[in-house]
Amino acid sequence: MSNEKQVEKMTDIMAKFVALTGKILPDDVKAKLSELREKEDDPMAKVIYDTMFRNQELAEKLDRPCCQDTGVLQFWVKCGTGFPLIGELEALLKEAVIKATKEAPLRHNSVETFDEYNTGKNVGKGTPTVWWDIVPGSDECEIYTYMAGGGCTLPGQAMVLMPGEGYEGITKFVLDRMTSYGLNACPPLLVGVGVATSVETAALLSKKALMRDIGSHNTNERAAKMEKLLEDGINAIGLGPQGMGGKYSVMGVHIENTARHPSAIGVAVNVGCWSHRRGHIIFGKDLSYTILSHKGAKL
Amino acid sequence: MVEIRDGKKVLITPISAEDLKDIRIGDIVYLDGSLTTCRDVAHRRVVEEGREIPVDVRGNAILHAGPIIRPLENDKFEMVSVGPTTSMRMEKFEYDFVKITGVRVIVGKGGMKENTERACKEFGAIHCVFPAGNAVVAAVEVEEIVRAEWRDLGMPETLWNCRVKEFGPLIVSIDSQGRNYFEEKKKIYNKIKDEQVELISKQVGFIK
Repeated sequence: MSNEKQVEKMTDIMAKFVALTGKILPDDVKAKLSELREKEDDPMAKVIYDTMFRNQELAEKLDRPCCQDTGVLQFWVKCGTGFPLIGELEALLKEAVIKATKEAPLRHNSVETFDEYNTGKNVGKGTPTVWWDIVPGSDECEIYTYMAGGGCTLPGQAMVLMPGEGYEGITKFVLDRMTSYGLNACPPLLVGVGVATSVETAALLSKKALMRDIGSHNTNERAAKMEKLLEDGINAIGLGPQGMGGKYSVMGVHIENTARHPSAIGVAVNVGCWSHRRGHIIFGKDLSYTILSHKGAKL
Repeated sequence: MVEIRDGKKVLITPISAEDLKDIRIGDIVYLDGSLTTCRDVAHRRVVEEGREIPVDVRGNAILHAGPIIRPLENDKFEMVSVGPTTSMRMEKFEYDFVKITGVRVIVGKGGMKENTERACKEFGAIHCVFPAGNAVVAAVEVEEIVRAEWRDLGMPETLWNCRVKEFGPLIVSIDSQGRNYFEEKKKIYNKIKDEQVELISKQVGFIK
């Protein structure tokens, strides 16, 4: 296959995959929502969960985006140095978003800053966002897709704590955000926390934390313990679905971390709404692909 | 008018202040009749510019939302996807908006504050939440888009006047007594949050 044909093929697959992720939630999110729905006994919480499940059935049946806010597209790419389209990837992902926007359809969510106009194509300067991890010696390309909606983007915050504030300070930082902005961000939320050295390192980790499967844990024992403590603590607040009250507030809390400067603790929080539209796909060098987030999905 | 249908409380437009008298925060209601999408710029036009709203919403309902619409033939439209947007953005205008237009039911996402509480109490109105992220459910509960006004505002901001059938669930967040569900809940949430911060902090003293 010529390079041009290959680019066309991968663009087409990614456009179809992005459209799919706007209509059907990933398997782990579906499973967690089912679990939380079962555990709620408050009549209002039950009515809200019933509406959510009816919505997802209708979206699939009528082939429409399940939420009208189809977000800004974000891609986290783990690309092998031997993957044949490594040089074309960023441009083809942009093209795939333009294509999906017409075909799905997706809402036009790219407003150029300063010039302040909507591009009408759902892409713009630096959007879709692409984060790169280069994997030496591999010829595969692993891609996480994410639709970052307005409601769940709003609670995002990063700051640098003094070491004296410690992990106690991180706890307060995260929980304060839940009762101020979190309740309007469509709970039950998936909460991503980055613990690192500066604002941008922590912030990127807090988003990558949202790409992890629900139910996975940080490999560091203490970090995993803190994930559990924060999850139980935020659940105890009882935000319930839509922040209107219930037994549970979150689908999970994921922490990602790096080492830090001795004088600083960078911390960031990012949340995903209940309609957590994440996709995960892996391409081989011949462009054969495996969809990990939506088992059995056909493009 | 209020009707109980299969155990559901359904508000049918036109709605009177009397109809809302016994409805309290936390109640779940549904709506039949006239619902018009109305958001940022439309509020500004009515309140700041003093322009007359081209769809009569007196006794009817508005929805804080910007939908995805598909144009059909003969100036007709189909509702593809519609979900509530953050109501708080309209808080600044809502007292005057309710006073001027006589709207009875305001539907949106999340809570509103003092201006809306005052409007609901003085003029006999309610604010309700449609559970967000359920854009397809909301779209299929729209039977017909009857009229489209102020089209110069573009698709999200146009006043889309819809005829709806059992539109909901609508959870009452401000009632006609001026009580506010989210503000009352937030007090409880914040109290538990402070307790939890203290509890967790005792177990994360990793820097020694």
